[in-house]
Amino acid sequence: MKKSYQSLEDNSDHTMKQVINRNLSSRFLLLGLIALLSFSSHTIFAQDGDPVAGKSLFNSQCAACHKLDKKMTGPALRNVEARLAEDEGLDRQWLYSWIRNSAGMIKAGDAYANKIYNEYNKTAMTAFPQLSDADIDNILAYTAQPKEEPKNTGLPPIDGGPKGETSSFSNKIILGALALLFALLAAGLFLVNKTLRRFADEKGIAVASDDREERTPIWKAFVQNQFLVLMSAIFLLLASAYFAYGWMMQVDVNQGYQPIQPIHFSHKIHAGDNKIDCKYCHSSARVSKHSGIPSLNICMNCHKSIAEYNGEVTPEYSKEFYDGEIQKLYKAAGWNDAEQQYSGTPSAVKWVRIHNLPDFAYFNHSQHVTVAGVECQTCHGPVEEMEIVYQHAPLTMGWCINCHRETNVDLKDNAYYTKIHEELSKKYGVNELTAAQMGGLECGKCHY
Amino acid sequence: MKSLYKILLITILVGAFTSCQKDSRPNYQYMPNMYEPVGYEAYGEYEVFPNEQEAMLPAEGTIARGMSAYDYKNTEDDYQAAKANLVSPLDSTQVDLERGKVLYDIYCGICHGNKGAGQGTLAKREKILGIPSYADAGRAITEGSIYHVIYYGRNSMGSYASQLSEEERWQVTAYVEKLKTDLEK
Repeated sequence: MKKSYQSLEDNSDHTMKQVINRNLSSRFLLLGLIALLSFSSHTIFAQDGDPVAGKSLFNSQCAACHKLDKKMTGPALRNVEARLAEDEGLDRQWLYSWIRNSAGMIKAGDAYANKIYNEYNKTAMTAFPQLSDADIDNILAYTAQPKEEPKNTGLPPIDGGPKGETSSFSNKIILGALALLFALLAAGLFLVNKTLRRFADEKGIAVASDDREERTPIWKAFVQNQFLVLMSAIFLLLASAYFAYGWMMQVDVNQGYQPIQPIHFSHKIHAGDNKIDCKYCHSSARVSKHSGIPSLNICMNCHKSIAEYNGEVTPEYSKEFYDGEIQKLYKAAGWNDAEQQYSGTPSAVKWVRIHNLPDFAYFNHSQHVTVAGVECQTCHGPVEEMEIVYQHAPLTMGWCINCHRETNVDLKDNAYYTKIHEELSKKYGVNELTAAQMGGLECGKCHY
Repeated sequence: MKSLYKILLITILVGAFTSCQKDSRPNYQYMPNMYEPVGYEAYGEYEVFPNEQEAMLPAEGTIARGMSAYDYKNTEDDYQAAKANLVSPLDSTQVDLERGKVLYDIYCGICHGNKGAGQGTLAKREKILGIPSYADAGRAITEGSIYHVIYYGRNSMGSYASQLSEEERWQVTAYVEKLKTDLEK
């Protein structure tokens, strides 16, 4: 890219010198110079750069600290040149030297340079000596573009939603329709029965079921048959034992637990779409027992720059919804987005804990994450696809033990295990050792 | 008619039982005092703490085990001072570039890119813009400035002191320096 502007750059360098000359010398000289330079497509009065090239330069060089329409680390830059010329009487020359070496200008005592430096809490702007005049012209051309009005797209497309949600939605419709159908069928049968009876009554035909008194009622017959009573009693007891066992075994098993959190944090957007590593936020999972819930400064690492959501939306979760959730974060962190500073009172976010082991079971994250190298998803399921996180695994003892029995320990290139490996593989006559064979089933490992 | 009442009764009963199943509520506990810890647990709510919040900042003036005080302040002058004077305490045998890479890829690569050219996933998806390359001439980063910026953050970048320990920060610094030399080749 740089090469294609090489010629332009030379030209503008040239013309810039002429501009200085113009300012210093007489109008007569200027006319002559214009005549001289008229072969150039690039005249002194049309120094407009290329806004497209400017955009890519802006995004790669400036956007870390500047946005077009919003204050960030540095001021908003929309129409910066025109505003500077109007308010401060500063020309493009000033901008060139400011961008290339702002610190030098501040030291040299330039009035406006010092003013802006102090206004932004003495945050020094990085020097960009590598930007040529043409590059800066391009960037200024990009900043001079009028603001794009947001396109009114109306309602978000319904088919844009994730498949899970839409399919569960249509499932509900199908179930509802089925229920309605059955209700109609039952009502129809009931009506047919009624009319038939009326017909029978009118024609004087006795309906067959009227001779009940002559038969023994069915419950009497049942009571009289003692074998049948015994069998059904056994069956009932077994069945109730089965269901009672099933119900008791799920006491305190929270598989599928999906509480509503105070801020709707979508793991699908963060870990799925943006591929942020789990350990970026849950950094203590590497080094401690707990996989920590990130404090808000970690959210603000990115959300200082990201104030609105621009990804795909679903009918259920709109852009406005997500933007509102980011505002909740700002409020909790005490961040004033317009002023770009922490000015509010921070308040704690009361997240609802999902995975919770009973007090009598010990579990250590670092041992599994760092030592064993187990993927987070092994226990927590496809979190990167969850819009709202739920507990994937049952977290029962049987589930732990199963994994310890099946998982081979990675012993390669680990001096810590060399001796243990030798002895244990001799003892069990195997090459690969499971966690269970290394003592992963000992009671005291988890219960003490 | 009688049978209709029976059917209605059964549907209401079944409905009543199934409607109690709710995923947004935790399940029953059997003997809760075997489940709930007696001691204070991380993220617990206990009356002794302000706002009943167990998670708090360390007491002022204390230094966590394995860490040491960092004397540079979060100012422009101290940034320049750190850039010029601060050197890594790790000698060549202690630098572990493999571990540095693992940590770098988790914490830095998402924006700065795994090669350090400023082309991380978030930059490619245009979520965060303007991430500089480590080889940027205007910034001319040094060992000291890398560590200082990891510690305090700079401009739009936040502090990573809460995610990385002191030693880990120096490992990442060493890896960033390696990326810088690779980029400048």
